[in-house]
Amino acid sequence: MEILISQLFAGLSLGSVLLLAAVGLSLTFGQMGVINMAHGEFIMAGAYTAFTVQQILGSAGVSLLVSLPLAFLVGGLLGLILEATLLRRMYHRPLDTLLVTFGVSLILQQLARDIFGAPSVDVRLPELLSGPVMIFGTPVPASRVFILALTVVVVAGLSLLMSRTSLGRRIRAVVQSRELAEASGISSRRTDALTFFVGSGLAGVAGVAITLIGSTSPTLGTTYIVDAFLVVVAGGIGQIRGAVIAAAGLGLLQVFFEFGTTASIAKVIVLVIVVAFLQIRPQGIVATRTRGLA
Amino acid sequence: MSSRALLTAVLPLVGALVLTGCGQRYDPQAQAAAEQAPRQSCVDTDGDTIKVGLLNSLSGTMAVSETTVNRSLNMAIDEINADGGVLGKQIEPVTEDGASEPTIFAERAGKLIRQDCVAAVFGGWTSASRKAMLPVFESQDSLLFYPVQYEGLEASPNIFYSGATTNQQIIPALDWMREQGHRKIFLVGSDYVFPRTANRIINAYAEAHDMEIVGEEYVPMGSTEFSTIVNKAMASEADAVFNTLNGDSNVAFFRQYNAVGMDAQSLPVMSVSIAEEEVPGIGVDNLRGQYVAWDYYQTVETPENDAFVADFKRSYGENQVTSDPMEAAYTSVYLWKEMVEEAGSFDVAAVQEAADSGEIAFDAPEGTVTVDGENQHISKTPRIGQIREDGLIDTIWEAPEPVAPDPFLDGYSWAASINGA
Repeated sequence: MEILISQLFAGLSLGSVLLLAAVGLSLTFGQMGVINMAHGEFIMAGAYTAFTVQQILGSAGVSLLVSLPLAFLVGGLLGLILEATLLRRMYHRPLDTLLVTFGVSLILQQLARDIFGAPSVDVRLPELLSGPVMIFGTPVPASRVFILALTVVVVAGLSLLMSRTSLGRRIRAVVQSRELAEASGISSRRTDALTFFVGSGLAGVAGVAITLIGSTSPTLGTTYIVDAFLVVVAGGIGQIRGAVIAAAGLGLLQVFFEFGTTASIAKVIVLVIVVAFLQIRPQGIVATRTRGLA
Repeated sequence: MSSRALLTAVLPLVGALVLTGCGQRYDPQAQAAAEQAPRQSCVDTDGDTIKVGLLNSLSGTMAVSETTVNRSLNMAIDEINADGGVLGKQIEPVTEDGASEPTIFAERAGKLIRQDCVAAVFGGWTSASRKAMLPVFESQDSLLFYPVQYEGLEASPNIFYSGATTNQQIIPALDWMREQGHRKIFLVGSDYVFPRTANRIINAYAEAHDMEIVGEEYVPMGSTEFSTIVNKAMASEADAVFNTLNGDSNVAFFRQYNAVGMDAQSLPVMSVSIAEEEVPGIGVDNLRGQYVAWDYYQTVETPENDAFVADFKRSYGENQVTSDPMEAAYTSVYLWKEMVEEAGSFDVAAVQEAADSGEIAFDAPEGTVTVDGENQHISKTPRIGQIREDGLIDTIWEAPEPVAPDPFLDGYSWAASINGA
């Protein structure tokens, strides 16, 4: 029983990490059709933001709270620069964005290596998050509970943004039909830039969360970019709801197969399941009904 | 573009990323055949200088570890040069970047031997890089000095192994764990040749020594997800963990480990790939009190080590630490010097013959080491260490005298299934 609870939690917590890494991508890739390979490096930039803030402020707890919004800004600004300088010239050419952003991701990795050095750095955990908390009598890591909660807040916030705010309405309008949106007076350029800002900012937030569980190194992003694309594609392109289901599903599948087999085999099984699933349902868990992408 | 077309664009790319992510460390013995041309030694021994090759990864994922090895090699060369050189000649190092790719190691090794005409090459780190270079050195009949502990089961006449083989690291660690009363061991490692071979040895050892392996888990290189494995370790009722994880995975492993409330008291972990250099990246908070097995620590108390540590800090910065592979690399340059001077020549066959005498020894920072003429490894003193508050490692047990290398474990009857004897 205890092992079931801790495994269940492990699955959800893995899912929440995946979702956090993927949610920004579901905006930029899903809604805008830009294949941003540098998304992983925005995550890495968020992680190094957390590291830098901790170096300056010292206290692990305070700096965690400070770095969350700051990493959002750093990731967002990086995204904004990328959008304004390069991607703006190549909307509707997804394969070009893929190559260009892959190049950008390599540049950012090297930049991180030059600034922070190649060895991974250590971001200390706040006292409060370093130990276990008890859930139904089972010890689970407090840091993971924090990430789970953070993910819920981020996803809820994003859903509200999309459904309730004028920015959300504009984004959805541009995604559904760029021409009609422009005809009704929406500046699609500004909307694109803002969408990219928010999507990339979320990558920064994910980076801060990831410092709580793993190491912070220049190649941190490459660990997550594949899984992030997997979540977005399996969930259904442009669907936050789909991404949530896909992330939770992938996390739980991975963890439970891993318990029965080994980590490597579980990864293979999960990949095979995703590929098979996409054969049956290429549009992903939640289908997109827009004119922008269909 | 339709969403389907997008999918077809992204999926192969994702696949390619997965492949490149894993590929570089699993590289087979590449490039060997390309280097087969018979060779006439072109080493120039007439001038005032003698060239040697330094082949370390100065870029790529292994650069972290190998850059400092390169520094200690350079330091040894500078010292020897200041002291009059080898056979009256100044050593002139030629540096090449192995770029963390076994194929590049093989190619650059060939270049160093044939174009630069070096008398010997120092370098290599991963077993994959060594395995890739081995056929080059054998076919060109040149010498490689390899400075890192490894999984054993190899003895090329063209390679001198100055790091520990299994009976100088893993087996002493197991002996020590048994002495501490640990009987149920949980194994966790990265999924490649070193951990898999190490764990085969550990399994055979356990069977012969009344110990039980209660779990054996591997994760892909670079994996950061350890919830399940830590759950398995807790559920297994193990009383100790033997850790052969490599690189960044250690961070995630120890974080998860501490996060569910475990530490060195409740379930000790013995690691064989964490040295002084890796501790800051993993976080000393996560490692305090845990155990490691090597043959050298920065805190080892010998006059040679005091000088070694002080010189290294003076050359490369006060906050630098020294670790086992760095010390082994430094030692390897001196051993080569001893061999050449014993032989009175830079000729490969003469150097090999000098090594065969069994009398090539050096007072290394770790203590006196002797080259074994039979298998080209060196005798070393195994030490169990405990990670302390400041990230350095205290020796808590050491072998009473240097242990002779036994790469094929011929001296261990229980290992018959491993060495195929």
